[in-house]
Amino acid sequence: MTLAPETTDLKIELQLESGWFTVCELARLLPGRGVAALLPDGRQAALFRDRSGKLYAIDNRDPFGGAAVLSRGLTGTHQGRPFVASPLLKQRFDLETGVCLDDESVRVATYEVRAA
Amino acid sequence: MTATPEATEATPTIVLVGHGMVGQRFLEALAARGMTATHRVVVLCEEPRPAYDRVALTSYFSGKTPEDLSMTDMEFIDTHGIELYVGDPAVSVDREAKKVTARSGEVFEYDTLVLATGSYPFVPPVPNKDATGCFVYRTIEDLLAIEEYAKTKATTGAVVGGGLLGLEAAGALKGLGVEAHIVEFAPRLMPVQVDDGGGAALLRTIEDMGLSVHTGVGTQEIVVDAEGAVTGMKLSDGSELATDMVVFSAGVRPRDQLARDCGLTVGERGGITVDEQCRTVADPHVFAIGECALASDGRVYGLVAPGYEQAETAAATIAEDEAEFTGADLSTKLKLLGVDVASFGDAHGTAEDCLDVVYSDSRAGLYKKLVIGRDGTLLGGILVGDAEAYGTLKAFTGSVPPVSPESLVLPAGAGAPAQLGPSALPDEAIICSCNNVTKGTIRGAVTDHQCTTVPEVKKCTKAGTTCGSCVKVLGQLVTAELEASGVEVDKGLCGCFAQTREELYEIVLALRINTYQDLLDRYGRDGAKGGDGCEICKPAVASIIASLAPTIGASGYVLEGEQASLQDSNDHFLANLQKNGSYSVVPRIPGGEITPEGLIVIGEIARDFGLYTKITGGQRIDMFGARVEQLPLIWTRLVDAGFESGHAYGKSLRTVKSCVGQTWCRYGVQDSVRMAIDLELRYRGLRSPHKLKSAVSGCARECAEAQSKDFGVIATSAGWNLYVGGNGGATPRHADLLAQDLSDAELVKLIDRFLMFYIRTADRLERTSTWLERIPGGLDHVRDVVVEDSLGICEELESLMAAHVAHYADEWATTINDPEKLARFVSFVNAPDTPDPVVGFVPERDQIKPDLPLLTIGHRPLEGSAQR
Ligand code: SRM
Ligand SMILES: Cc1cc2nc3c(=O)[nH]c(=O)nc-3n(C[C@H](O)[C@H](O)[C@H](O)COP(=O)(O)OP(=O)(O)OC[C@H]3O[C@@H](n4cnc5c(N)ncnc54)[C@H](O)[C@@H]3O)c2cc1C
Ligand code: SF4
Ligand code: FES
Repeated sequence: MTLAPETTDLKIELQLESGWFTVCELARLLPGRGVAALLPDGRQAALFRDRSGKLYAIDNRDPFGGAAVLSRGLTGTHQGRPFVASPLLKQRFDLETGVCLDDESVRVATYEVRAA
Repeated sequence: MTATPEATEATPTIVLVGHGMVGQRFLEALAARGMTATHRVVVLCEEPRPAYDRVALTSYFSGKTPEDLSMTDMEFIDTHGIELYVGDPAVSVDREAKKVTARSGEVFEYDTLVLATGSYPFVPPVPNKDATGCFVYRTIEDLLAIEEYAKTKATTGAVVGGGLLGLEAAGALKGLGVEAHIVEFAPRLMPVQVDDGGGAALLRTIEDMGLSVHTGVGTQEIVVDAEGAVTGMKLSDGSELATDMVVFSAGVRPRDQLARDCGLTVGERGGITVDEQCRTVADPHVFAIGECALASDGRVYGLVAPGYEQAETAAATIAEDEAEFTGADLSTKLKLLGVDVASFGDAHGTAEDCLDVVYSDSRAGLYKKLVIGRDGTLLGGILVGDAEAYGTLKAFTGSVPPVSPESLVLPAGAGAPAQLGPSALPDEAIICSCNNVTKGTIRGAVTDHQCTTVPEVKKCTKAGTTCGSCVKVLGQLVTAELEASGVEVDKGLCGCFAQTREELYEIVLALRINTYQDLLDRYGRDGAKGGDGCEICKPAVASIIASLAPTIGASGYVLEGEQASLQDSNDHFLANLQKNGSYSVVPRIPGGEITPEGLIVIGEIARDFGLYTKITGGQRIDMFGARVEQLPLIWTRLVDAGFESGHAYGKSLRTVKSCVGQTWCRYGVQDSVRMAIDLELRYRGLRSPHKLKSAVSGCARECAEAQSKDFGVIATSAGWNLYVGGNGGATPRHADLLAQDLSDAELVKLIDRFLMFYIRTADRLERTSTWLERIPGGLDHVRDVVVEDSLGICEELESLMAAHVAHYADEWATTINDPEKLARFVSFVNAPDTPDPVVGFVPERDQIKPDLPLLTIGHRPLEGSAQR
């Protein structure tokens, strides 16, 4: 066992209908900054990693602005909930549930994600 | 288990026909009264999906999905045991037997029947009105069909009808990349809401948006080709308009067929006749609500707010409570972004003896009219071009405003306009007319329900949740109420830090803290320590660290280590994000001076990468439409040609504009170009609380507009005058003279001190103009500090600036030489060579523009989100 997973060659994987889908090396994900992944069916996922190393994945498309840019937003925590703020018009999305914190009628899809 | 009562004879049944906006509100009202626990509730829904937000329909084109528009929470339906039959309309009613038959053949017995069937779009009976390429604009299905056709078969489209919906539909067509025409029979647009003057101002604005308007003409015939597809329209003036598609938006008619067929009374022009309790006059067991109802005041309401009131009234009546609906207000605000149009109250001045107060400036597309009663009561009005005051004015309707009506319509600058704040409103004033919420209720949400933010108040009162036009006033009321109730308004930067930006700056500088995590873990609020921070404090602290980098021992490169994770998304990619996910590229062009070779290089790069090219308002060139993976390639070529970052993305120095000055101009008294270049190169890359702009003019004629800049310099025969705190933008401010007749060296020294003092003491996103107005003592205090050195800090300010200047390095040059940083410039981490397919472009005026349907319409940015 090692306490520094960054130094191992762990991969980030997303749970899709077809099974676990490998995206990239864990080391590509800077804490607090996202990356976008292209899924086999053409959808896009935004992946994030927080300071404690926890991983999150939500749909990459900003439902308000329409562009696929959520992976480029700033992350943070609001009342204990991890979120990303869209770089377009700044709406925040809960990284665990996909619900928009500024307009709860809107939510984006979430994915199960792991490092393996 | 759900609360579904057993369908025994003892359980009375309510059948609702139509699950639209009003139907859904009726169900919520029933549930709120506990009626769903004691009644069986059956809903017949004709559309293939349960109730959705029809008012926000057009926002589908700006990216909202049908799921986003849904108003139906399936959990609500389940927990209240409501039987919802989607896609199964009622086809007949037998009032004698009290039975409704659905299309599926299912028969439902009712004790109470509620009709909420809404309206259908009226299509004028012109030849070929059903041809391929003809559409209406009412349901999500209509929009899907329009989108499909516009994208595959049409380059031109015509909307029949220039009312509220017609304009929305035309905006939608334009957003889909179709050349859009509006054909309106009346002599002006929005004939119901605005008068002739308002129509003229509106016309100008709509035409400026690129829509073609044809008023005073009717549609006579739709012209079709051999396959029966639309090719044009014959108009009543004999002309023909070529068009590939037609959208009818010529008004709506109540859907009362079901009611007619079962013998209920309907009005002459349609609508199911109901009494003040929304009960049909013909049958006490049947109610009608929403757009299908002819209310007791003889009107059919085509807006959602009156429908909601009717839903509440019907639910209350069925629950044997007292309620009545006797009429409602027809205020409207157009949702097209970029066109401010609002009308409220008695907009056309139909009351006896009323007076108009009108302000009109057709050149600026402005028209404002207030209708005032003899006793000074505000009765209504029309606002075109500037509907800022809509929320407040609407709320004052029916009372005598505390200031004169003239001052309410005059624009800023033309005589002192009165600031009529919502604090002057009476408690009964309706703030949110969509949901009928008064000022008193909103205040109560703050005082009795402990709401402290606008989203909380929205949730608690429903105010601001429908059309959104009242949110601004809502925000003002919440702040005023919090302050009045002595709640110490938290001055902390955000939820993570209780300190102000200025206090954090002092902590960082004094303790030489050079990482965000360190600052958060030591000085963050209790719940925030050890956490991930937020989108407000991360860039603010990143800016402080960058401003002080050499002094506190941090890297001056904003993408180094932890700093990369703190930057706003624009700084993270060293470029400005555009609406479709592409980026713009702005190389620095100091003082606006550029060689022909430099211009050619920019031209070649823009041509090779297919970028949209524009001269900016800051005397330089912006290239738009670069994909994220193209940024390093573009910048490699720019850096090779000697260009560097223009920091158009950063909260940092933007441009120092110049006039040609003494060298060429016969009036010039100093070399303004050289000074502008010197200043731009000195302060380039300096991170600050907000962006910084400057300009240098060669004489008092001021061709460089220096007095509108954060620091502006104007030549005198004896040297330079320094002006500070100027601002263009949303709230323009003329700069104040700080010092006169300075030598080159004195000028630079004073600007060094001024900027560093501003960086030290300003709030986040506070321009120098607002900072000067806010800080105690204002300009005099600043002059004392930076000219007289009253605090004894000038040496420190100067040395901080000297360190910045000495350590400056171009961040794009650094980036393109760092393979690890470059790896981030991809659309997809797992497919670095695949460009983001969402980033698309369409041609316009020989260049490109983003291809994202309808970004100009529909939603409102969050408060303060324009701040970049
Ligand atoms: C490109 C340009 C318009 C143009 O085509 O000419 C522009 C474009 C933007 N301006 Fe501007 N401004 C541009 C000159 C101006 C000017 C004119 C000037 O600088 O002389 C002003 C008024 C002067 C002033 O700032 O006082 C101006 C006042 C604003 C404001 C309002 C600032 C204020 O204090 O009220 C904003 C919003 C903000 O910063 O919060 C803004 C924000 C923006 C943003 C960054 C909006 C955004 O967040 O996306 C635009 C970025 C476009 C992009 O994607 O690249 N822009 N903007 C100009 C770039 C100048 C340059 O070379 O850097
Ligand atoms: C593009 C657009 C923009 C608008 N903007 C605004 C605005 O800004 N402000 C505003 O106040 N209003 C606006 N409106 C009007 C607003 O949408 C309506 O006032 C509101 O939807 C009326 O609600 P309703 O429930 O009465 O009718 P609807 O929402 O039309 O619902 C009626 C439902 O009943 C169904 N139905 C009909 N017959 C049957 C049957 N026999 N059996 C079962 N179901 C049946 C229909 O399919 C429909 O789903 C707008 C409308 C549109 C189309
Ligand atoms: S400001 Fe004076 S020197 Fe500069 S161009 Fe204008 S007139 Fe000439
Ligand atoms: S007035 Fe429409 S939401 Fe408040």
